[in-house]
Amino acid sequence: MTNAQTGTTLPRLLMRNAETMARRPAIREKTLGIWQSFTWAEYWENVRDFALGLAAHGFKRGDKLSVIGDNRPRLYWAQLAAQCLGGTAVPAFQDSIATELVYVLNHAEVSVIVAEDQEQIDKILSLKERLSKLTLLVFDDPRGMRRYDAPYLESFEAIQEAGRRFGAEHNGYVEAEIAKGTPDDVALLAYTSGTTGNPKGAMLSHANLLSAAEAFVKSEDLRPTDEWLCYLPMAWVGDALYSTVLSLLIGFACNCPESPETVQRDLRELGPTALLAPPRIWENMLTAVQVRAGDASFLKRLFFNYFRDLAEKAEIRRSEGQPLDPATHVGLALGEFFVYRPVRDQLGLPRARWAYTGGAPLGPDCFRFLRSFGINLKQIYGSTELSGLASLQPDGEANPNTVGRVCPGTEVRIDDNNEVLVRSDAVFKGYYKQPDATREAMTGDGWFRTGDAGFMDRQGHLVIIDRAKDAGKLADGTPFAPQFIENKLKFSPFIREAVAFGHDRPFVSALIAIDLVTVGNWAERRNLAYTNYQDLSSKPEVRQLIRDEIAKCNATLPPPAQVRRFMLLNKEFDADDNEVTRTRKIRRRFVTERYAAVIDAFYAGRNEVDLSTEITFEDGRKSTIKSTVAVNDVESPATARREPVYA
Amino acid sequence: MSMAQALESTAPELRPVQLAVNGVSKRFGGVRAVEDISIGVRSGEIVSIIGPNGAGKTSLLNMISGFYQADTGNIVFQGTDITRRRASEIAAMGVARTFQNIALFNGLTVLDNIMLGRHVRMRSGVFASVVYWGLAQKEEIAHRERVEKLIDFLKLQDLRKQQTGALSYGLRKRVELGRALALDPKILLLDEPMGGMNQDEKEDMARYVLDVNEELGTTVILIEHDMGVVMDISHRIVVLDRGRKIAEGTAEAVQNNNDVISAYLGAGKL
Repeated sequence: MTNAQTGTTLPRLLMRNAETMARRPAIREKTLGIWQSFTWAEYWENVRDFALGLAAHGFKRGDKLSVIGDNRPRLYWAQLAAQCLGGTAVPAFQDSIATELVYVLNHAEVSVIVAEDQEQIDKILSLKERLSKLTLLVFDDPRGMRRYDAPYLESFEAIQEAGRRFGAEHNGYVEAEIAKGTPDDVALLAYTSGTTGNPKGAMLSHANLLSAAEAFVKSEDLRPTDEWLCYLPMAWVGDALYSTVLSLLIGFACNCPESPETVQRDLRELGPTALLAPPRIWENMLTAVQVRAGDASFLKRLFFNYFRDLAEKAEIRRSEGQPLDPATHVGLALGEFFVYRPVRDQLGLPRARWAYTGGAPLGPDCFRFLRSFGINLKQIYGSTELSGLASLQPDGEANPNTVGRVCPGTEVRIDDNNEVLVRSDAVFKGYYKQPDATREAMTGDGWFRTGDAGFMDRQGHLVIIDRAKDAGKLADGTPFAPQFIENKLKFSPFIREAVAFGHDRPFVSALIAIDLVTVGNWAERRNLAYTNYQDLSSKPEVRQLIRDEIAKCNATLPPPAQVRRFMLLNKEFDADDNEVTRTRKIRRRFVTERYAAVIDAFYAGRNEVDLSTEITFEDGRKSTIKSTVAVNDVESPATARREPVYA
Repeated sequence: MSMAQALESTAPELRPVQLAVNGVSKRFGGVRAVEDISIGVRSGEIVSIIGPNGAGKTSLLNMISGFYQADTGNIVFQGTDITRRRASEIAAMGVARTFQNIALFNGLTVLDNIMLGRHVRMRSGVFASVVYWGLAQKEEIAHRERVEKLIDFLKLQDLRKQQTGALSYGLRKRVELGRALALDPKILLLDEPMGGMNQDEKEDMARYVLDVNEELGTTVILIEHDMGVVMDISHRIVVLDRGRKIAEGTAEAVQNNNDVISAYLGAGKL
């Protein structure tokens, strides 16, 4: 079935599904506490009517439509409607600050924006004068919108209504436009904030996206009866690939959660058959499990710890290819009944046949922990420019240290600087209006430079060491891989984010952002009063807690890589402050600049540093936190105490 | 044009008086809690009642909602004299309220607490409800839908199944507002909805009060100590002092009223 798809487009796949799977659920949205379903036939009708409405408002081939908001069926429909008319979808990150949003919308020359609610509409209206190309602004949720009277502002229903009138006069208009479309048309303009510089818009054609989707289908078990949870940012290429392209190709149902706050609950209620999540989500799950276990009664905790140790030991033996003795088998069977399955059920993963982590590296300890509990967690590797996919791990080959086998139809080459180069039909058509950036990212013969350093191991798996420019050496020449150390640190439930420094320095030091929830609960248990994040992170008791956690982590690191000094941040890393990308990857260069004073203090041996941190609010306002923060030394691991975790 | 639309297109000060309080007084032994107060509240207005502690604000609300009976004077709601009516009857007529000290069932979920607000609108008897078939089931589904809309309106989706006792103060106030709204009230009496809240929670609550007023067209009578909020969202302000009304008008008029400045706000200006 899949081979026949080359040469098609996303709207044509939608028409096919509306015919062959008319009554099967295509997308669901949880509203008023109930999962409301739309069949493929209804999906198509909604897309068609909205496309007609866009046509009635003058939307032409090559025009751009942007969506801003949480995952909502209508936002997915709007993007497909634009693609039906030969236009391009430009999903924007819903939490972008004003300047970022203006840059992307203007650079992409967006003429139509579909926004989820009043909050997003207000943001766009406040930027209206700077958006010269914008002609139509559409809102999904009408709440609070009654008093708005801008002439270019319309409700989603009004556009569809106008579309039905337009359709009555122009029979078969959308169908004819779809027939005109070619696989080479740009379907998606995906802006990548990147870990450096201004966002760049990667042009992905229907053929690019479908080729990545087909490569996925050939490597992994996907079924039309699958249930998928759409909770990742719509502007992330991973969501476009799974929630739109793969869903259209295979016909499985997408499920939109009720609100960002209910994702965890909705996940458990739905029990998706597969899950893709960035490391952040897996780390949160791990923390949640640890917290709940720490909170349990003595007997339960004893049980949990026994079976956890058993599972982790078995997982290590399994990954080394060694057989398990019969007693372990019996223990694991008991553990499955008493511990592993109930935990998977709590996490919403009892039905998941596979799960992937991608977007950034996940710490091996976290990876092993989740796998040992029976979650078929595997690594996937890709980037926006590769339509989201280059390699993944087949069943039975999961390994925290590699990113798996290169997908069918994809070639990988390692150049002289250890940089990973990729060539396939999924490689993008270039950056929109940035030929220089495109030339820089591509070799003359069609290879895309990923910017990641890596190699192929003996098993035939691709291994990513680090961002090519991040990996470095300590002053004495010892190799220094910051992400490796950071992931070790983040295994602690009390540490939310960590950035390690050490290139050309005598030893390793780290900036640590504490986890407000777990550290907050830990403090409450000790009757330690605090007001907010800044206050909590400056408590000497909390410093001691983190010092012990780092010492524990140091015990698992070779001596040169051990963290000798650290500082607790007085705020969490935030994409609005340029410290992390919207998909929460550390922007190392910005962090290094911003905390230059602290890094100096690390290596000058000072114990205090005056820090003024600028905070950017979502509406673009800025304010500054000024404080004196302590720089701390870590003692040798021997003195570390083990700290119980509470919720 | 429907009645509702016709009403809406009129400025609040021109709309008919929905609730008229005429010369009402209340004594507790020797204490004169409320003395000869008259207020007219028009449909769709937000009217704030302010005044120092013990000025009689809550007593006045208690008389409107039927918790106290006025000694003299009368209260007319949409043409009906409700002075001697029971609290439950007044609630059924469309007067809902929240309390200064939150009055929720701590052991019940958010959903159940709000569902309770629908109680006066339920028709099925005990027997039919136990059998839970036919009309009783249909009725329950219709009420649940209304409650879900309120949960959506107040953005409580993630707390639907949480026990209210475990929620923060600000959230409990929001749940209480939800329960009052579940009555489908024509007029909403809010007794210090922002008391004890931090700035963020106050701003959220002010937003919800405005949304209730604008989206649902509900008249609001508000007792509140936070002057910033009162001045921002009220169409009209009534000032009480020691049981008497000393001023009434727009935020600006009240702020410049000499009696108010000396009696309540102190010597300086706001």
